[in-house]
Amino acid sequence: MDLNIMSFENVTFTYMPEDETVRPAVEGLSFSIKQGEWIALVGHNGSGKSTIAKLMNGLLFPQSGTVTAMDQKMSEESLWKIRSQMGMVFQNPDNQFVGATVQDDVAFALENNGVPHAEMVQRVHESLRQVKMEEYLNHEPHHLSGGQKQRVAIAGALALRPRLLILDEATSMLDPQGRMEVIETIRELREATGLTVISITHDLEEAALADRILVMNAGHKQVEGTPEDVFFAGNKLTELGLDLPFAMRISKLLTEAGVQLSGEHMSEDRLVEDLWTFYSKK
Amino acid sequence: MDILLQEVGYSYAENTPFEKRALHHVNIHIPSGSYTAIIGHTGSGKSTVLQHLNALLKPTEGSVVIGDRKVEAGVKAKNLRDIRRQVGIVFQFPEQQLFEETVLKDIMFGPMNYGVPEEEAKRRAVELAAQLGLPPEALEKSPFDLSGGQMRRVAIAGVLAMEPEVLVLDEPTAGLDPKGRREIMDLFHQLHVQKGLTTVLVTHSMEDAARFADQIAIMHNGKCVVSGEPRDIFANEEQLMDYRLEPPRTVKLQRMLEAKLGIELDGISLTEEALAKNIALALAKGRETE
Amino acid sequence: MMEKMIFGRFIPGDSLVHRLDPRAKLLFVFLFIAIVFVANNALTYLLLLVFTLLVVFLSKIRLYFLINGLKPVFILLIFTFLLHIFFTKEGDVLFQFGFIEVYEEGLRQGIFISIRFLVLVFITSILTLTTSPISITDGIEVLLGPFKRVKLPVHELALMMSISLRFIPTLMDETGKILKAQMARGSDIGSGPIKERIKAVVPLLIPLFVSAFKRAEDLATAMEVRGYRGGEGRTRYRQLDWRLIDSLSLLLLAGFTAALWYFRT
Repeated sequence: MDLNIMSFENVTFTYMPEDETVRPAVEGLSFSIKQGEWIALVGHNGSGKSTIAKLMNGLLFPQSGTVTAMDQKMSEESLWKIRSQMGMVFQNPDNQFVGATVQDDVAFALENNGVPHAEMVQRVHESLRQVKMEEYLNHEPHHLSGGQKQRVAIAGALALRPRLLILDEATSMLDPQGRMEVIETIRELREATGLTVISITHDLEEAALADRILVMNAGHKQVEGTPEDVFFAGNKLTELGLDLPFAMRISKLLTEAGVQLSGEHMSEDRLVEDLWTFYSKK
Repeated sequence: MDILLQEVGYSYAENTPFEKRALHHVNIHIPSGSYTAIIGHTGSGKSTVLQHLNALLKPTEGSVVIGDRKVEAGVKAKNLRDIRRQVGIVFQFPEQQLFEETVLKDIMFGPMNYGVPEEEAKRRAVELAAQLGLPPEALEKSPFDLSGGQMRRVAIAGVLAMEPEVLVLDEPTAGLDPKGRREIMDLFHQLHVQKGLTTVLVTHSMEDAARFADQIAIMHNGKCVVSGEPRDIFANEEQLMDYRLEPPRTVKLQRMLEAKLGIELDGISLTEEALAKNIALALAKGRETE
Repeated sequence: MMEKMIFGRFIPGDSLVHRLDPRAKLLFVFLFIAIVFVANNALTYLLLLVFTLLVVFLSKIRLYFLINGLKPVFILLIFTFLLHIFFTKEGDVLFQFGFIEVYEEGLRQGIFISIRFLVLVFITSILTLTTSPISITDGIEVLLGPFKRVKLPVHELALMMSISLRFIPTLMDETGKILKAQMARGSDIGSGPIKERIKAVVPLLIPLFVSAFKRAEDLATAMEVRGYRGGEGRTRYRQLDWRLIDSLSLLLLAGFTAALWYFRT
C-alpha cells in the first residue's frame, strides 16, 4: 500500500506575517513522502530546513497550504495523535536528554503515553538493543559521547514504535566518529525495519545514502530527485553553498587534469572501478 | 614564539575521590611560525593540552615554556595575562562566549582588556569584521540577532583582535555547513601565512590536518604518542589504527586505487588536488610504458 | 577548593547503605534529626557518636574522605565550640588565661553541641553520598504523594528537580568553558577590587543565561514532541522497591531511640 506518511501541499510560512517585506521562511512548498522511503532534505543554513521540521511536527502551522501526516491533516486536534506516531531527533545531543540515565530517557515518551510498566521495560531494552546501547542502561548523560547520546535519542524515538523518524540536523554537532555511528545506526534500522526516515542535513555524504533528496534554497524547493540526479547538477549545489560528495569532487578534479572518465561517481568504489577500466583500456 | 611542553602531567580535582588523570608525561614542541595539528580520539587529552598553551591550566607535573615564560608545576606563576594576550584561543563553539550589546563592542572586548586604546580597538574590529565577511551593518547589531555562522565569525574576530602571536584553534568549524567550513579554514591559513602566526589546530578532521599542518602530534590516552610530518604520520596506517584514527580520505582512496591497479602513486596525497594530480600522472606514465 | 567539597555529592558504591530504598534513607534521616535532641548526658552523646560511626562504617565511605571533604564545615564547628566555652558562665571555673575564664558547664555544652552538629552533618552527608540525586527525587516524590490531595503539584516539582539535577553537570561544564574563554580574552574574574570583579562577572553571566534559555527552549520542544502533557495519565518507569532490610534499618533506629531514652537523665 502506498501510504503518504508526510505531505506538504503548497505550504507557505512566514515568521512575520504582518511585514510583507520579509521573505517567507518557506514558500509554496509541495512534496510527499511515502512509507518506507528515506528522504534527505538539504540546504545551507537559513534555507528554510529547520522551519520545515517544525511544520512537520506541528510546532508551527502554515499560513497557507496543508501539512498532512499519517493520512491526517495537521491541526490542533490531530496533533498529539500524529506526534505519537513519529519520533524526532534534534541537533544538540544535550538539550534533548530528559532522563537522569539512559534507560529513563528512553522511557520518557512511553511514560507520557501511559504505557504499562512491564511493557515499558521490555520496549526500553528492545530499543536500546536496536541502537546497540543496551550496555549503557544506567549511564548518566554527561558520561556519554555525543554520538552515544544521539543513539539514545533514536532509541527514545523508536520505543514508541513510530512510523516516521525525523532527524533534524542530528549529526551536525558530532565528531566524525559520532556521525558515523549515527548514520550506521540509521542504515541498519532501515534494513531491519524499513522505517520511513526524513533526514534534514547539510552533510552530503549522509544525504547520498537517501532514496531521494530535496534541495532547499531561500524557502523554495530548488532540486528534487535521486542522489545521482541531484549530484549530477553539481555546479548548482556548489552555488547553493553545499558540497559534492568526496568521490565526485575528485572525479571533477581529474577531469580538469585531463583524465576524462565516463559517468558519475557517487562513491569511492565506483571511482576506483572506472579508473581501473580507464587504466586497462589504454 | 616557541611553545614547549616538557614532561607535562595533569590531574583534574587532584587529591580528592574525584581525581581524574588527564595527561601523562606529555612532550610537545611547537616551533615559532609552525602550523601544528593536534589530533586524537575524543577524550585523548587534546583539549587539556590546549588549555596549557596559554596557562589556563597549570601542569600538576612538569613544565610549559611559552616564549620567554615558564609555567612550572608547584611554582606560583604571576601575570599569566601577558601570556594570554600573546596566545589567543578560539574554543569549540566560540559563539557561546558572546555577551556584548553590539558586535563591535564584543570584538573590542579582548583588546580593551589588554589596554589597547579604544580608537585602535575599534579600527581592528572594523577591519577584522570585513576580513571575516561580516556585512558592515552587522557591527551595530546585537550578536544574538545574527545567524549561527555569523556569530561564529564575530567570536573569531574577537580573538584575532588581540593580535596574538600564537593562534590556537579548537575544532573551529564544528557544526558549520561545508561552505562556511572551507571559508574559515582558508582564512586561518591565509592569516597564518600573512601575519607569520604560529598556529595550533586541534581537530578531528584528518583532511584538515593533512591539508594545512606542517607538523602533527597524536594524543592517545593522555599521552602524546607520536609527532612528525603529515606525510610520515599518514603514510603509517597501522600506527593510526592503533590510536583509533583513520587516514585522510585522499590517502584511503589512493590506497584503494593502488591495490586495484597494482601500481604505486608518487608519494602520499594529502590534498584532493594532489591526489588528482598524482592519479593523472600515474595514468599518463602507465600509457608511456605500454 | 570547590572540587574538594563533598557536601551534597554522590559517590557510587555497592554498600548496604547504598542499596537501601531512598524512602527508607530519607525517613531515617528525618527521624534521626529529631532523635539527636533526645541525648542530654555524656553517655547518650557517646552513643550518638558510636551509632553515627557505625553508619559511616556500613556505608563504606572512607572516614578520611568524609573528614577531608567536610573541612569547611569544621571551621563552623570550632567556632560554635569556642562560642559556648567563652559565653557560658555556669559551674566551676576550670582554668583562666588573663580575662578569659573557662567554666565546666561551658566546656560540657561546647562538647555536646559539637557532637550534635557533627553527627547531623555526617548522617546527612551519608544520605547524599550514598544515594543518587535521582533516587532522592523519587523518594521525595513518593513520600510527598499524599500532599497531591491538597493540590501540591508533586509530579511537576519532582520533574523539575530531576531535570535540574540532570543539567547541573552540563551547566557546570559550560560555566567552566565560558569562564576560560573570557579569561583567554583577558577578562580577570579572580582578582582586583570588588567593583572590577563584579564587572568581570557580566561576560560570564550573560552567555550562561543565553545558553540556559536556549537549552530550556530546546528541551521544552523535545519534551513536547515526545508527548509530554503534564502528569495526567502518565505511567512511571522508575519503581522503588521496599525490602526487608529497609524495614530493619528503621527498626534499628527505633531500638537505638529506645536505648537513648533509657539512658538519658
